[in-house]
Amino acid sequence: MSVYSKPVTFAILSVAVILVGTIITVIIPMMMPSTQPVSDYIKPYTAVELEGRDIYIREGCNNCHTQTVRPIRTEVARYGEYSKPEEFAYDRPFLWGSRRTGLDLNRVGGKYPDSWHYKHMNSPQSMFPRSNMPAYAWLARKELCTDCAFRKVSVLGYGYSEDEVRAQMNEYKARVTSQDYGSAAIRNEVTPEKLQGSLTEMDALVAYLQKLGRDVKEVQKMGSVPVAEASPTAAQAGNPFEGDKAAIEAGNKLFQTNCAVCHNADGKGHIGPDLTDEEWKYGENDSDIFSSISGGRPEGMPPFGPNIGEDDIWKVIAFIRSLGK
Amino acid sequence: MSNNGYDYTAVRGFALSALFWLIIGLVVGLWLAAEMLWPALNFAPWIAFGRLRVVHTNGLAFGFALAAIFSCSYYMLQRLTGTPIVFPRLARFHLLLFNVAIALAALSLFAGMNTSKEYAELEWPLDVVVVIMWVIFAVNVFATLIKRSEKQMYISLWYTIAMTVAVAVLYIVNNLAIPVNWTKSYSIFAGANDANVQWWYGHNAVGFVFTVPILAMFYYFLPKSTNLPIYSHRLSIVSFWSLVFAYLWTGAHHLMLTPLPEWIQTVAIAFSIFLIVPSWGSVINGYYTMQGNWDQMRNNYLVKFFIFGITFYGLQVIQGPTQGLRTLTSFFHYTDWVVGHVHMGTMGWVSMIIAASFYYMVPKMAGREIYSIKLADINFWLILIGQLLYTVTLWIAGIQQGAMWKATNADGSLTYSFIESVAAMYPYWMIRLIGGVIYFIGILVFTYNIWMTLKGTKKTSAEATPQAA
Ligand code: HEM
Ligand code: HEM
Repeated sequence: MSVYSKPVTFAILSVAVILVGTIITVIIPMMMPSTQPVSDYIKPYTAVELEGRDIYIREGCNNCHTQTVRPIRTEVARYGEYSKPEEFAYDRPFLWGSRRTGLDLNRVGGKYPDSWHYKHMNSPQSMFPRSNMPAYAWLARKELCTDCAFRKVSVLGYGYSEDEVRAQMNEYKARVTSQDYGSAAIRNEVTPEKLQGSLTEMDALVAYLQKLGRDVKEVQKMGSVPVAEASPTAAQAGNPFEGDKAAIEAGNKLFQTNCAVCHNADGKGHIGPDLTDEEWKYGENDSDIFSSISGGRPEGMPPFGPNIGEDDIWKVIAFIRSLGK
Repeated sequence: MSNNGYDYTAVRGFALSALFWLIIGLVVGLWLAAEMLWPALNFAPWIAFGRLRVVHTNGLAFGFALAAIFSCSYYMLQRLTGTPIVFPRLARFHLLLFNVAIALAALSLFAGMNTSKEYAELEWPLDVVVVIMWVIFAVNVFATLIKRSEKQMYISLWYTIAMTVAVAVLYIVNNLAIPVNWTKSYSIFAGANDANVQWWYGHNAVGFVFTVPILAMFYYFLPKSTNLPIYSHRLSIVSFWSLVFAYLWTGAHHLMLTPLPEWIQTVAIAFSIFLIVPSWGSVINGYYTMQGNWDQMRNNYLVKFFIFGITFYGLQVIQGPTQGLRTLTSFFHYTDWVVGHVHMGTMGWVSMIIAASFYYMVPKMAGREIYSIKLADINFWLILIGQLLYTVTLWIAGIQQGAMWKATNADGSLTYSFIESVAAMYPYWMIRLIGGVIYFIGILVFTYNIWMTLKGTKKTSAEATPQAA
């Protein structure tokens, strides 16, 4: 009698057949430390960041956003350094995603100031009129539940004590509710008054977003020169487009697509500083402004060098210079 | 209502459940498609895109497809073994438990209780229910097989057995998690390993839910509806075993160019390419079965469902391995192209074969003829046109999207900001929505036709063509 007339034998044989590929491509890699390496420079999430991560999961953000920058030139230019396996050692579950209706978020941490995120989560269309991301304004209207915080970090084995978890929560709360908090104005705009002194779900989510890729960026910073500096020749030569009408017009267009979100359409600032006044935090020379745009600045000015290129940066500067100074 | 002692209560119940969840799942799909155009539709947390997308995928993969699979499995199992189901009351309990589980699943996903792992989003208490339900199903399958009077097991039964054991292994392993409380748990795997387990599961959910049991229906209902034997038994044997063997190696083609070790990706692609062979084994078997009888395409309203269905399957299994190749994945991965791929499989292959199977099975079970062949024809053309409009549009969209993401200026900088690539998709998403509406109307026609057949306004002799397998 053949196996085709013995159902139980047939079932056992089927299991054996499906287990071969399973063991070789899934189980064996699990036993190899190189599949998911652990590195000192990657730190586990704090209790607040973890709560934010759970909100990210609850809302299904991973259905539109990926968290893996692939080693492809244009992708590195758009998002930043490609993703490394050790970055995910503390990720349970992983959140790499499979669809990019929105951008990749693996390098979003530190790219913008907190205020950018508050404004964006509150109403994406207020910053990008053609965006189709849902508004998550209601996250700022919900107080963060921290009852399970300690249990969560224990299940994940992050090694914090109950006191440490409480301290992390209090510390973060003190930071975002303080008068000196850099993003206080916009946080207060989106948070109802009675919750302005508490931690909201929005606060936790922003904390999580700011953690994404931060450890990698820290290492990069320690290791070398800032990613993209103005090339000295370009800087010495000055702005090739100064006063050029067509270039100023092109610069205006670029400004509206890339910069207006933070500096306002008229350049008078909102999330980012006013660009039409006399004050320049990082120096008033063309070469200084070039460096700010090309390489970014620490408090949330993203680097545009890899995205828009030298010529276009000069056009933007020509436009900025044309604004009422 | 039974003949030869066969019990069709569960068959009928699952068929109706399938139609019910199909309509719910499609309404949600249409809403999602509209949300991508008009974000203001995300007006409440429970209806926001991120939560709703999961209701759509689970509702259709499990509510619709799985219910249809259970329905046809209980039918084929009895017919092919010549034996009534051994525990009919257990099968009825299975039906009840299934619908309770799907309803709770939908509610919990609306509420945001989800693990984030695609097609395995349910939180752990529901996972336990699913496992219990699966065991109940397996008990009936094996009890009936062991008691059977027909000696040889027909091809469809091999596929049913493979599905029963494989889904159990896949589901349990991928859902292993440590609970935090009743509504929250964390996967026991971390990072790259979690990704690897997830897509081993994810691809095989496609393999053992959207492929293997649908092939079981194809191998049974095509010969039944045409009165033609399957072309080659040997080809069925070869393609069965090589399909079941190779599927499990290929999950990492969903993870190309990610931080997963490169060798796993390479192995996955090699096996994906190999998969074309057994998959086309079934396609060829289907085509050759019709050899010399192609006039049935015209005369027999069911044949076109089967032939178009298997053709979409054939295209799907060429597109799949191709888009996994490193060069192409770097372009197509994450774009609308993949959504096009998904829906040719689901709206073309899966739903066409299920429709044809129901059209054959429901009249047999009800002991009367189909309510309206004309409506079945309309059903066919609507779902065909709707599907093609949907998928072809999204492939074109995917090409444009991929090209915009990769476009660079002469100095190496990026030509388009991301938001420009989003804005460029709106016309395509609009056409997709229209395609979805056409498909949905086709499904309403289908549901009406099946419903009227069951309700029985048309009377004919019981068992129109009495040829118990
Ligand atoms: C030989 C057979 C097949 C192969 C090798 C294959 C390959 C692939 C690949 C490589 C992807 C990922 C694309 C990307 O994200 O870049 C994919 C996605 C998908 N395929 Fe297939 N495919 C096959 C057949 C099918 C069939 C028959 C269906 C039936 C419906 C199907 C349904 C899906 C689904 C649902 C996804 C989306 C998964 C997700 O990202 O959520 N595939 N397939
Ligand atoms: C009226 C018909 C349908 C419409 C309008 C529709 C709409 C959608 C939309 C808008 C998405 C999200 C795409 C994205 O994130 O870009 C989606 C995803 C999906 N749909 Fe549908 N859908 C329909 C029919 C179906 C059917 C019949 C099935 C299964 C039997 C199905 C299974 C899926 C799956 C598995 C995904 C996830 C794809 C992925 O992860 O790549 N859909 N659908």
